[in-house]
Formats: sequence, structure tokens, C-alpha cells
Amino acid sequence: MTAAVTASEDTVPATAGNGVLDARDIVKDLGHGAGRVRALKGVSLSLNPGELTLLMGPSGSGKTTLLSILGCILTPTAGTLTVAGRPTGGLAPEALAELRRSHVGFIFQSYNLFPTLTAEENVRLALDVRGSRGSDAVVAAQRALQKVGLRHKLKSYPANLSGGEQQRVAVARSLVGAPSVILADEPTAALDSENGLAVMALLSQIAKDRSRAVLAVTHDPRTVPYADRILRIEDGLIVGEERRAEGVETVHELARTRKRKANA
Amino acid sequence: MTLTLAFRNLFHDRVRLAVTLIGILFSIVLVAVQLGLYLGARGMIISMIDRADGDLWIMAYGTKNFEEAQPIRARERYVALATPDVVSAVPLVTAFTDWRKPTGGSTLVVVIGADAEDGGLAPWNVVAGDVTGLGARDAVMVDKTYLAELGIAGVGDTAQVGASRVRVVGLTEGIRSFTVTPFIFTTLNRARQLIDMPADNITYVLAKVRPGADIEKVRDAIRAKLPDSEVLTRAEFRERSLNHWLFATGAGVALLGGAALGLIVGTVIVAQTLYSSTKDHLAEFATLRALGSSSGYINKVILMQAGLSALIGYALGMSIALTIVYLSEHTALPIVMSPGLAALLLALTVVMCAVSALSAIGKVMRIDPAMVFNR
Repeated sequence: MTAAVTASEDTVPATAGNGVLDARDIVKDLGHGAGRVRALKGVSLSLNPGELTLLMGPSGSGKTTLLSILGCILTPTAGTLTVAGRPTGGLAPEALAELRRSHVGFIFQSYNLFPTLTAEENVRLALDVRGSRGSDAVVAAQRALQKVGLRHKLKSYPANLSGGEQQRVAVARSLVGAPSVILADEPTAALDSENGLAVMALLSQIAKDRSRAVLAVTHDPRTVPYADRILRIEDGLIVGEERRAEGVETVHELARTRKRKANA
Repeated sequence: MTLTLAFRNLFHDRVRLAVTLIGILFSIVLVAVQLGLYLGARGMIISMIDRADGDLWIMAYGTKNFEEAQPIRARERYVALATPDVVSAVPLVTAFTDWRKPTGGSTLVVVIGADAEDGGLAPWNVVAGDVTGLGARDAVMVDKTYLAELGIAGVGDTAQVGASRVRVVGLTEGIRSFTVTPFIFTTLNRARQLIDMPADNITYVLAKVRPGADIEKVRDAIRAKLPDSEVLTRAEFRERSLNHWLFATGAGVALLGGAALGLIVGTVIVAQTLYSSTKDHLAEFATLRALGSSSGYINKVILMQAGLSALIGYALGMSIALTIVYLSEHTALPIVMSPGLAALLLALTVVMCAVSALSAIGKVMRIDPAMVFNR
């Protein structure tokens, strides 16, 4: 496989500003009293539109905690977070929920689909919580499923879908509300190699949309070739950033180039 | 989608749904029976007062209810008649006495004596014979419900009351007594004879007031003339009878208490099942929260689950309650189901389920959306 991402000269926390999501000096303490642990020790990063960023690091390095804060699910102990230009400091839980439904899409390791709803209903649910209902919502949900190649599985329940298909439904659900940021937590961890790569290809394609940024937390090395940028986190700190060099194609782009050449 | 989600959550676990519905059903049936008995008792207590054609009741001082009244002098009737705006004053006799069954043994009855031509209190819902038949010698009318209790089979049968022989000339249907003591209708004089009451005594005077006159003013005027008797409006006498039988005796309190118990048991069962259902779906609610749903949206799902349970439980519970009502129709203790009671039961069921949902909502309010990453 072609190495799609090259290491940049940048090493320790070198993150640009003015992204669709900007985090500055994020600190997060977890637990109470003697059990209190500093999970994040001053993380700064920006997510830029049109980029698939991977957040990689060992277990316990603070990946999921950081993802929860970036997704406005947890609030930081210190530091600032701006999502789609809106500072989140001091916002009440309901206001944070409003920010999530307007600007953030989530993809979970275990898909988190509703077992009692069909694929189409699962996707439509993300619109329903935004107040978007009726035939427009149905059409939008069907389009989102078409985008992930599941037009033929609209009425299937999660139990009747493979892991890869379930994750694609979850991708469609994260996409359907046209969020500014999509945050994925170990999106390939529960999938076999083929399905894992298919999901990464999909995320890479989604990230091409200049209106949104995609961040995936992973420690699956197979995902590296799909990234535009890789952030490495260790012990609650960003310890490195690698960026795909200009002109280097991602696996996805390589595949398309090969296909074009073959057709020619 | 909230309704779809609520419906699917509810039907996803059929066993839990069955437990919830049994809880609601049990509660509705218990409350319906208790309140139905209460309404039935209320109807029986006030049926004579409502049926009698009088605006004012003149009675012995301290009378607590229709059945248990002391005699008053018959002249009170003329005092009432001499009061301005009183257009008629009809004497009425009631008293407990013994009915000796032709088959042997005896039972307590309430004799009601009134002359049909006075229009005071005549039997109604007559299903056999005719009220005019009461003019015949020894004639009485009884209610079908009590035929077995009175040891007779129907019209034409005879029995002994006090020292006199009586013959059943007609039957009524649905005139029942709260004390389960059969009413025996007859004429004024025959009633006196049956209960051995002097000819110048009566039990009540039913005074009718000229239309348009102030009933309370007339009542006060009669009261002034009859300081040893009580004069009550129809509403006052109803109130007094109801208070005595339902609250002073504790019977009504027991019925209402049973209904309250039914509501409490139903609420606890529904709350418990709804709470455990919510707990099972907690990860899904956390996902909804992560997707940005407001707490109101999630509460709506839980309340809809409760509402759906309420409606299904109500439909099932009411069908059983109506069957019980139908079966009790011809017994001495009928259960009454009125449209008002049916509406009240629906409202109570919905409120009960909504209250039950509070514990589940409380659980969801404490949800940590970060748990979506730990599934």
C-alpha cells in the first residue's frame, strides 16, 4: 500500500487556528478527590474543512476524552473550544445539545444504531431531533443512505445488516444533518479489514467536502493512508502532527487514478 | 419519530409490556369497581329523595337519612299547607319492619307508604302489575332484585308483615336500597297498619313550593312554625343522607380508599416497568443525547411510552370493568359506569402513567452522554 501521509517537520503541538473547530489549551480532569486524574493536559488543535484528520495514540492517552470534549459532550476543566465559530464556554447542557445537533455528527465504534428502527428510520432520527420531519426528511435520509451505498437496505433492521453495513448506516446518520464536523470514534475497530477500509474510504470521500472537517480517533494503522493529517496524542498531550505532503495521493485518490488509467 | 420510537421501545420487550399492561389493567378494574360501587351506592342512597315529588322535606329533628326517621305528627302537614307559597303537602310513611317469608323465616324490610293520588312517592320502573293495583286490599309492590330475599316468586305471592297479610300486586326493577333492605311500597294507611303506627303520625311531609317562589324563604317560614321538626330542601336532605351513609358509617371512605389503593398499586407497577424499560434503553437515549436531541425530545419519547401503555391498558381494563358492571346490573349491589366515570378513569390512567414516567425521566436526566463511547 502506498504511504499516503508523510511526516511533517512539525512535531509537538503545532495546530493552526481558524478551523471549523478550534480547541485551545484544553485541560480535563476526571474523577474526584484522590482518584482525580488529569486526562488532558493542555491540548490545542484545529480541524480544517476538507480534511480527514486521524487522532492516534495508545489506550489511555486521552483520545476519547478529547473526542467527547470536541463533540461538546464533555466540558473541559480549562481551555476554550469554538465550534463553527461559536465559543462553547459557559453554555448550558441544552445549548451544547443544540450545538451538537446543528454542527456535529458522530460515528461510534459500536455503531449505536437503534435496534428497533430500520436503516432509513435510524438516519431520519438524526433529522427528527433537529426538527426536520415529513417527506423531505424521508428523501434526505434515503439520499444519505444512497451516498453510502445502502439504497437497497432502507427497510432493513440493524440485526439484518452486517457490521460494515451498520457502520455505513451510522455514517449516513452522521452526514444527513450536514454538520460542520464529523467525529468518529474508532470507526473501524469492530470491522474486518475489508469493511474497515471501505468505511475509511467513505470517510475520506466525505472529508473532501470543503464545508466540513472529519476527525477519526483510531489506533488502526490500516487507516493511515486515508488521512490528510495525523495527530498523535500521548499521556494527554498532542505530541506530533503529520500532514500528507502536497501532491501525494491518498489511497482513495490512487484507486480513482488507477481506475481512470485502466479505463483509458 | 418520537411516537415510532416509543411504540417500538414498548413492543420490543413483550414480557415487560405484558407486565405493564397487567398493572394498568388491575388498577383500572379495581378503581372502576370501587368508584362504580361508590356511584351505585350514592344512587341508591338518594334515589327516593330524588324521586319524591317535593321541594321541601319536613321530618323529625335529627333524622339522618331516608330510611331511619322517627314519626312526626300529621298536623305538621297542615302547618306546611298554611304557609304562603306552599302548593301541596303530601304525607309519607317509612319504617323498618319484619317480613315473614312464606317459606319460613323473616327478613328486615323498609315499608314506604304514600297515596298514589297525592303524587308524593309512587313506585317507578314497574315491570309487572300497576301502581293503581296498590289500591286493592293487602296490596304491596316489591323490587325484582329482592324476590329471593323475600322468599317469594312474583306477583300474586303473599307474606306477612307485622300482624297483617300482604299480597304482591306488582314488581319494580332497579329500586334498590343501600342497606340491602328491600323496599315495600304500599298506601299510606296500609303502611301505618303494617308498622303499627298511630293514625295521626307520619314520617315525612313532602311540601311542594309554587314555581318561582324562593324555596329557602319558604323553608325558613315553615321552620319558624315547626321548631320541633326539621325542614330541609331536597339538596340538603340528599347531602345529609350521603354524608351519613358514605362518610359517617365509613362505607364511602372504604370504597374511595380502595380506589386510591388501586391507583397507587397501578402507579408503582407502571413506574417500575417503565423505569426498567428506560434503563434497558439508556444507551439509546444517550445516543439520542449525543446526536443533539433536547431533553424535551427524550422526555417526549418516555411520556409517549407511558401514554401508549395508558391507552392500551385503559382499553383492556375498561372492557373487563364493563363486563363486571354488566354482571352486577341485577344484583343488590350494582356497579355503575357513567360516561363521566369512564372519562375520569381515562384521565386517572393517563395521569397515573405520566406520574409513573417521572422516575424514568429522572433516570434519563442524569444520563452521561459520554457513555456512548463505552458501549
